[in-house]
Amino acid sequence: MTTTDFQTATLFRFATAGSVDDGKSTLVGRLLHDSKSILADQLEAVTRTSAERGFGGSASGRGQGQQIDLALLTDGLRAEREQGITIDVAYRYFATEKRSFILADCPGHVQYTKNTVTGASTADAVVVLIDARKGVLEQTRRHLAVARLLRVPHIVAAVNKIDLVKFSEAVFRDVEEQLLRAAAELGLPDVRVVPVSALEGDNVVELSARTPWYTGPALLEVLETLPAVDELETELEAFRFPVQSVIRPQGALAPGLDPEAFRDYRGYAGQLASGVVRVGDSVTVLGSAAGTQITTSVAGIDFAGTSLPQASAPQSVVLRLSDDIDISRGDLLVETGTFAAASQDLHASLCWLSPKPLCEGAKVLIKHGSRTVQGLVRSITGRLDLASFSEGPAADLGLNDIGTVQIRLASALPVEDYERHRRTGAFLVIDPVDGNTLAAGIANSVPDGEGEPRGG
Amino acid sequence: MNTAYLTEDRPPVGAPTTAASAPRAALSSLDALESEAIHIIREVVAEFERPALLFSGGKDSVLMLHLATKAFWPAKVPFPVLHVDTGHNFPEVLEFRDRTVERLGLCLVVGSVQEFIDRGELSERADGTRNPLQTVPLLDAISRHRFDAVFGGGRRDEDKARAKERILSLRDEFGQWDPRNQRPELWNLYNGRHTVGQHVRAFPISNWTELDVWRYIEREGIELPGLYYAHEREVFRRDGMWRAVGEVSQPRDSEEVLTRTVRYRTVGDMSCTGAVESAAATAHDVVIEVAASTLTERGATRADDRISEAAMEDRKKDGYF
Repeated sequence: MTTTDFQTATLFRFATAGSVDDGKSTLVGRLLHDSKSILADQLEAVTRTSAERGFGGSASGRGQGQQIDLALLTDGLRAEREQGITIDVAYRYFATEKRSFILADCPGHVQYTKNTVTGASTADAVVVLIDARKGVLEQTRRHLAVARLLRVPHIVAAVNKIDLVKFSEAVFRDVEEQLLRAAAELGLPDVRVVPVSALEGDNVVELSARTPWYTGPALLEVLETLPAVDELETELEAFRFPVQSVIRPQGALAPGLDPEAFRDYRGYAGQLASGVVRVGDSVTVLGSAAGTQITTSVAGIDFAGTSLPQASAPQSVVLRLSDDIDISRGDLLVETGTFAAASQDLHASLCWLSPKPLCEGAKVLIKHGSRTVQGLVRSITGRLDLASFSEGPAADLGLNDIGTVQIRLASALPVEDYERHRRTGAFLVIDPVDGNTLAAGIANSVPDGEGEPRGG
Repeated sequence: MNTAYLTEDRPPVGAPTTAASAPRAALSSLDALESEAIHIIREVVAEFERPALLFSGGKDSVLMLHLATKAFWPAKVPFPVLHVDTGHNFPEVLEFRDRTVERLGLCLVVGSVQEFIDRGELSERADGTRNPLQTVPLLDAISRHRFDAVFGGGRRDEDKARAKERILSLRDEFGQWDPRNQRPELWNLYNGRHTVGQHVRAFPISNWTELDVWRYIEREGIELPGLYYAHEREVFRRDGMWRAVGEVSQPRDSEEVLTRTVRYRTVGDMSCTGAVESAAATAHDVVIEVAASTLTERGATRADDRISEAAMEDRKKDGYF
């Protein structure tokens, strides 16, 4: 295993998305294997199973002589092995000197757009697998559309099985052009295209001599150098802080602390959703009580006995404020002057994740930040056709559909446009009966001049 | 406001390592993992009525408790700790458990495998291992104390079943995990809604690796039971591991007892947990050792995970941790 410098190494989260049989498991296995993240006992188990199943490929490549099926490294549950499918997102971990990686390995079947949405929601990049022989498929377009909708900052397209097209530059350029055209249609800001052979190892961890016409970096180097979401956005976005709980230690002080010093202590625990906060900053409290907005300033930022001069997303801290205000879980603290108004009307895109369809008039729960409120789905205004990226009419939304809706909330929520505020623009739709998560919600800005009055 | 308790003169623990006033690129990976875990712990405490933390004295549970103390400072940890005692614990780990509970002013709930065996509600397995027997006392403690959320120190890098489990994992009346019927987990929004009889297992350090855990233990100076560090012990060789000689772990005639300098990578049931030969005497030494290790911690030291390829998957479906 490579030793990571934990003083400076950062975390990078990425999701993989692919279609059936495009070699995604092999690619993930290759990344883990070649970055030396596979330990001897795991490799031994996989080697044994490969032999039992009569695996005849030369997956280890580069003449190491082992005959192992790298896809087995990411093989999951028995239920999956029995059916030869992957049923769920699996998380993998590996590290290089520069970064620790969290890989959300998403299954590629059409019906599992749900998993891509899940993996992409926390991803700094999505690695989309494309079979060089097949080019951009409808499934590829779906993955790109999901990445765009969730605003994943980077797309890395791995054009796989380049060995099977004899390392042809012409084939690669054709696939690259199809991809860039699809990306342009969608407005994806950053797409990198890398020719790879997961089976043979070309351009995965090390650059291949067999693709001399490719001058970019290998896949792993791309992942090591792309800026993560927080690196891109923390300094640009305004401060947002959903209050998780109020810390009032009176009567339940941690042992060893002086009760006198904490007689009046009152702090607000939370994780910065975006931006930076400094002691002395003016902040506005958006109360969960109808439409209240109170402005105060930050008196202190505490973290486990230490006082910090500032904190930035995604740090978890405790804030103390200069004025005694009635604040509770569910309230949102924002940088003063950067937030318009909470609203009872929500215009949003939903990625529907449940087999139970959504119909107009449905009553749901909306979980946003640290608040959950009731909502009524007033209308379903369209369904996105992922193949053409155009919206058509819809009367309901089914599993894996992405549609636009209008929801009336029982009380106003400080939901923001996801395009500009990722973490305060995201919400969950929950079934009030069984508590299951029904949809991933992405708030859209309300078009100017559209009917409903805002505010609670 | 009285701020005498604040210690501004020392560098902030868990804070960015660069100068505090300068904007910086991103948190270090350890700070990011710490922040994520604290967020999850606070969410669970806010949204559930009766959470508890599984605490065995093992390093992952000690780490969890450390994160909980940081999450709620200056208030004390607002939930009890729950230990499922196999009756085969290392005595020094039990002593460590009791001392830690005392130091932090916590309430300890113990579920005892031995009591279930004594009452005839559980029977010893042929191999003498008690780890798989923990499920029954665990579920009994959960229902008796009406815990609706139970924190565990499980990590996704430990096993392929764990790699697929949610951070908030819904369990039914029988504590069963259904891998095909998990809620999608999106952004940092955790849905903990559950119906009567259901409870949730919460795994805030899901995204940590073994190396992250040791790096963090080193950085924070977290105290662990001594057997995590190199010490001399009477051991014998079985299943390719060093087993300690103890009341429940006796060598067979063919197994020679030797004195070796060993340490444990996990501390579970004495009858199935093996030691590794090691000279690592400090957390820093262990970080170096783990980084260079060629075996996973469960592969190296847990006999119960070698039973079958799907050992953990099967136990989880039956309500295990």
